[in-house]
Amino acid sequence: MTVKEMAERAELEVLVGADGLDVEVTGGYAADLISTVMANAKQDNVWVTWHLHPNIVAAALIVKLSAIILVSGRQPEQETVQRAQQEGMPILGSSLPAFEIIGRLHGMGILGTV
Amino acid sequence: MLATFHADLHLHTCLSPCAEEEMGPLAIVRQAKKKGLDVIGICDHNSAGNVAAVRQAGRREGLAVIGGVEVCSEEEVHILGLFDEQESLLNMQRLIEENLHGENNPELFGQQSLCDQNDAVVARETRLLIGATELSVDEVVEKIHQLGGLAVASHVDRESFSLFSQLGFVPRGLQIDALEISPLHSVAEAGDSFPQTKGYRLVSFSDAHRLEEIGTTFTTFRGISPSVKEFRKALLGEDEREILN
Repeated sequence: MTVKEMAERAELEVLVGADGLDVEVTGGYAADLISTVMANAKQDNVWVTWHLHPNIVAAALIVKLSAIILVSGRQPEQETVQRAQQEGMPILGSSLPAFEIIGRLHGMGILGTV
Repeated sequence: MLATFHADLHLHTCLSPCAEEEMGPLAIVRQAKKKGLDVIGICDHNSAGNVAAVRQAGRREGLAVIGGVEVCSEEEVHILGLFDEQESLLNMQRLIEENLHGENNPELFGQQSLCDQNDAVVARETRLLIGATELSVDEVVEKIHQLGGLAVASHVDRESFSLFSQLGFVPRGLQIDALEISPLHSVAEAGDSFPQTKGYRLVSFSDAHRLEEIGTTFTTFRGISPSVKEFRKALLGEDEREILN
């Protein structure tokens, strides 16, 4: 499933990077400790997080994630948006809290690495 | 005239809910002197409420005391703000209060005691000092600098509440003055284990929550006085000031 299909089915809003959504999603990772994301997330995973800080873009690029998903209607900081645009890192969002978003994604077959 | 100062600039008092009740102003000052420290910094969680009492105890006992606060940013990153001027510190305190919510539950988190210089408890702080403010790490550092203070990222080598654990690495453009290494590692070890420290100035403080932890690690610097101003110069290597780690 591509990021685009995932976003449509899970009703995620595309906040940044609408032209970079054709990447195949390999699974998901959830954490608000960016250090653990950099250590454990896999390439082309989507990352569900509460963080808005610009460092999320750099961390996502290091691990080569396919997209960042912000929870609870949180809006990225301006600098985060700018960097995500420059680097072509999609940021999606939903008004749902993390647990609900992850539940939807898991139900669609997007799994964590066990 | 340049002199050498042993500085442990990250100590908690009994105002921090997670610190022991024994961490009264006078007890801290006496222990610090016993450990051979020349200057201490008082950095309680999200409050500077006991700084004045420690300063008074320090004056009486002949120990330099720097006022500070350990701010918890919205990302749950701990940042030390150290100030020479009590008024600047109080301005920082006001900003924190405007951006900190919740009430402490002493049974869950511990007592938050405000003391006089003789360690008598004069009041209990009711705000939830262990909580996170609504200030981003960038805002915290910027505000500390606007008020003339020094901004140090707390215990970056720890797995919780640190700049590295929460945000992975030092955000681009963050004007942090130094990174603190906790007693878990020597500065040299931390430099090897954490490549994110590269290019930043490293200091080592005890983050003491108990009397016996005071001075377990410290940073030695050369300057003309045990002040934030001189410590900053030492970090920058200006005017023959230096850090002697």
